[in-house]
Amino acid sequence: MRHDPAPGRRVTRRGLLAAAAALPAAALLPGCSDGRRRPAGGRITLRFQSLAWQQDSLKANKQLVAEWNRQHPDIRVQYVQGAWPTVHDQLLTSFEGGEAPDIIHDASDDLADFAYGGDLADLTALLPPRLKRDIPQRSWETGTFDGRIHGVPFLQEPRVLIANRAELHRSGVRIPTPEHPWTWQEFEEAAQRLTRGSTYGVAWPLKEPVSATLNLALSTGGQIFHRRRDGKVEVRFDAVDQRVPRTIHDQVNVDRSASRTTLGMGGSDTLPGFFAGRYAMVPLGFSYRQQIAQQAPRGFDWTVLPAPKGTALDQGVSPQTLSIAEDCPYKEEAMAFIDFFLSPPNMVRLALGDWLLPTGQEALKDPALRVARYDWATGTALADSLRSAPAQSVRGYPEWKDKIATPGLQEYYSGAIGLDTLRKRLVEDGNPVLARYQR
Amino acid sequence: MAFPFLWLLSTAFKPPRELAGLHPTWIPEAPTLDNFRQAFAQQPLAAAAGNSLLAAAVSALLAILLATPMAYVLARVRNRLSRAATGWVVISQAFPLVLVIIPLFLILKGLHLVDSRIGLIMVYVVWSLPFALWMLTGYVRSVPRELEEAAAMDGAGRLRTLVSVTAPLLAPGIVATALFAFITAWNEFFFALVLLKSPEKQTLPVVLTHFLGAEGVADLGPLAAAALLATLPSLLLFAVIQRRITGGMLAGAVKS
Repeated sequence: MRHDPAPGRRVTRRGLLAAAAALPAAALLPGCSDGRRRPAGGRITLRFQSLAWQQDSLKANKQLVAEWNRQHPDIRVQYVQGAWPTVHDQLLTSFEGGEAPDIIHDASDDLADFAYGGDLADLTALLPPRLKRDIPQRSWETGTFDGRIHGVPFLQEPRVLIANRAELHRSGVRIPTPEHPWTWQEFEEAAQRLTRGSTYGVAWPLKEPVSATLNLALSTGGQIFHRRRDGKVEVRFDAVDQRVPRTIHDQVNVDRSASRTTLGMGGSDTLPGFFAGRYAMVPLGFSYRQQIAQQAPRGFDWTVLPAPKGTALDQGVSPQTLSIAEDCPYKEEAMAFIDFFLSPPNMVRLALGDWLLPTGQEALKDPALRVARYDWATGTALADSLRSAPAQSVRGYPEWKDKIATPGLQEYYSGAIGLDTLRKRLVEDGNPVLARYQR
Repeated sequence: MAFPFLWLLSTAFKPPRELAGLHPTWIPEAPTLDNFRQAFAQQPLAAAAGNSLLAAAVSALLAILLATPMAYVLARVRNRLSRAATGWVVISQAFPLVLVIIPLFLILKGLHLVDSRIGLIMVYVVWSLPFALWMLTGYVRSVPRELEEAAAMDGAGRLRTLVSVTAPLLAPGIVATALFAFITAWNEFFFALVLLKSPEKQTLPVVLTHFLGAEGVADLGPLAAAALLATLPSLLLFAVIQRRITGGMLAGAVKS
């Protein structure tokens, strides 16, 4: 059953462009005919659109598809290459045109439009018990919309501190572990001690500051988005929400333990400065280890530290997911492929290929993901602390993020506005935006 | 103009450790072909280049076949209709993509040509036709009408005049316009992304996006290598025809 499109469907310029492009296709494009899927002999073909893009990840994906096809001659899976930068627009046009892939790889925070729009199948009744049990509830929440599971979360990425080990030792700061992480207070003190000469203690790459801020704020109990009794979501910016942004602001503008120039950078942009000793620590996603392993000068000694802890070690994530198109006529077969694809050993292969953490509990126990090399063990130890990102299913979040929160946080972090002004912007300007989506 | 290309060239041959240097260098210290090997191993670049080549070459040829007689008429026949047609050609260049793609979708639906190379080629022809027409009109106007009149005085028929007198003079303009149409189609991304679903039909600009990860992270070396290969044909062609394009666009702009 298709649901009515939600009023809160993401409205971006790109989205509008693609939607306009897709509009005629809704009625016009030829759908996936059974002829394409079921040639003589009764064999069916399922199209699996993968977003794997790194060498090892691509290899793992293609190998798994080939293994499935060998084992299941009657249910052939065709590998289709997608791309992260264009996946939203591409899926939008595909759904509207009746040309969607059967099995869809995406990120959980990109699914809301399609889930509320009825483009993705409800997987709740299709999920095999093994898979349902293997993935913890906190991960299922990232793929659940209006109580229906529309995406199987399978890979996730905590934000960690990647640090120059020599600088850490030289400064004499305590080295945090997942069992005994720094508090935010300790982190601030460590950053100050690591700051000397032309070296900053930390570099915050905050080109896109909203998700980083929101996800880390979970550690101090910050929610930002609060669901009222009537089910509507409103923005608040209370003391617990302010702790993380205030820390970043003060590091840049008060004690100067953080570099100002990296505020406008993406994660990769900070790596040359990190390798050159300009910054002792950089908060980055766990998968950046691959770039660091490839690009760091020989002899450069780096380590992965857990993100600081507030009242908890929690942080928000938006895992990669696998979904099934509502129009797919072979949903059970598609789910059988997903079950195979996400079996514990296969999930390990995918995680290693992407340098990410699997959501599956069995895969997380695999010795290959518990090694000290590249600090895999530090990451797997953090898996229990990963929660659904605060903005995951908030309708109107993209507009709030683009129009209100991104410029507000950028100005606050650069020191152009104070905390009160930021609060007014996020709350007083932001709530009317969300309200439009919740009428 | 040269800076982006030279930087791309330099990046394509740098090993990962050099890509992350704080003080980037123009000339790679340890040049490598690994980025090219990896790019070809990861993505079907050759097949995608073949698709792009097919779409660009055929659409350029068709655009020229359609635009040349139309341009001749527009240049030689001066009346209200031809002026309106010329105006329409110019205005059509200002249309946003969303306005263009909708009627194209309608046409393709009627012809069952979605996810079809033929459909994409048709779109490219429609897309490049106005500019090709505009360019060729300039070229035709630059051919002195007196030459055709002289040929007629010498007894040449209309067809003979066109074939033996006008066409040779127009040839450089036709080649320049064809190459321009080729480059436009070669570099086109949005139509190819939206119209083609089957992986084996994807064109080079679409396949290039497969080297990009979430949140702007890129496999920089292989991406640069692939982008360099994608850039070279259009760059070489542009270098060859640059003078002709400029000449064509300006031809007929000043009354003799």
